Amino acid sequence: MNLAIDFPPISHAVEWPIIFGGDVLGVNKVVLLMWLSVIVVFAFFFVASRKQELIPAGVQNVAESTVDFIRNGIILQTMGEEGLFYTPFLLMMFSFIFVCNIWEVIPVAQMPVNARIALPMFMALLVYVMYHFVGIKGQGLGGYLKSSLVPPGVPKAILPLLVFIELITMLITKPLSLCVRLFANMFAGHLLLITFSIISATLFAIQWQIVILPFSAFLLIALTGFEVLVAFLQAFIFTILTAVYIGQSMHPEH
Amino acid sequence: MLSVLAQAASSTPDITPGLTAIGRGIVYGGAAIGPGIGIGLVVGNAISSMSRQPESAGMVRTTMFLGIAFTEALALFGFVLAFIISG
Repeated sequence: MNLAIDFPPISHAVEWPIIFGGDVLGVNKVVLLMWLSVIVVFAFFFVASRKQELIPAGVQNVAESTVDFIRNGIILQTMGEEGLFYTPFLLMMFSFIFVCNIWEVIPVAQMPVNARIALPMFMALLVYVMYHFVGIKGQGLGGYLKSSLVPPGVPKAILPLLVFIELITMLITKPLSLCVRLFANMFAGHLLLITFSIISATLFAIQWQIVILPFSAFLLIALTGFEVLVAFLQAFIFTILTAVYIGQSMHPEH
Repeated sequence: MLSVLAQAASSTPDITPGLTAIGRGIVYGGAAIGPGIGIGLVVGNAISSMSRQPESAGMVRTTMFLGIAFTEALALFGFVLAFIISG
């Protein structure tokens, strides 16, 4: 009896062969899933808003509670009334990230789009450009730099150090952590599911009854449920951080 | 016995993959210590403030997720760095 378990190298777990297209702009499964998420999000809100009724039911109900969640749970909590202008942007961002993440647990697909760094990186860059733009537009270049770099009520002696730290935070840490957080969470979840699937499959191949032995099969089921939670939570956190960053640029801290 | 030892000494195996694996383990393990404590503090204090003032639970929950997200970022940097390290 051979108990050796073959774990694939990381590159096998997340790299997919190119289906069509060239070397640089090749389209593989991840890109197809991303396009599919765009279609799913669009179709969901299109169907929900086509026949609007006073008492929402079915799809319209889900869509309205999503909008309500973004409005009351994210924007009013972090940006206040003036932030309501950004509701469509944040709603689309939340829905898109959630659909991209939820592919992780859907059979046949089983690959979170955000487990490749391209999409999180692009969205983090979008947010990065956006909050600088909002800040410069709202407060002017000097005012924006002053309000974001110089914390009020700080002794003169340590001011240069703090300005330096704030500069690093503003230019590097914020977008980097936004991008890496989403990417690493989905990547880690994907690897976790792969690990337990492989353990379960190996045990099943040896003798099908012992698949329950070290609880790997139960853990696989439990972790699938946990990954649904993580997919939701990461979409929520990405959206709320976007809201916080834009809110900080809109009105300076006092 | 001596011949076996001589043979072992003459053939130096490649220890780079093993050292890489150890390095990855240390990087991620070290990066997980601080955020583990930090997230524990954040959530613990959020729970105690929620139980003291249940009417402010919504605001506390939002802030708690923000705090978790900022703290967790450090652990995730370590996670990504562990994969970037190559032998």
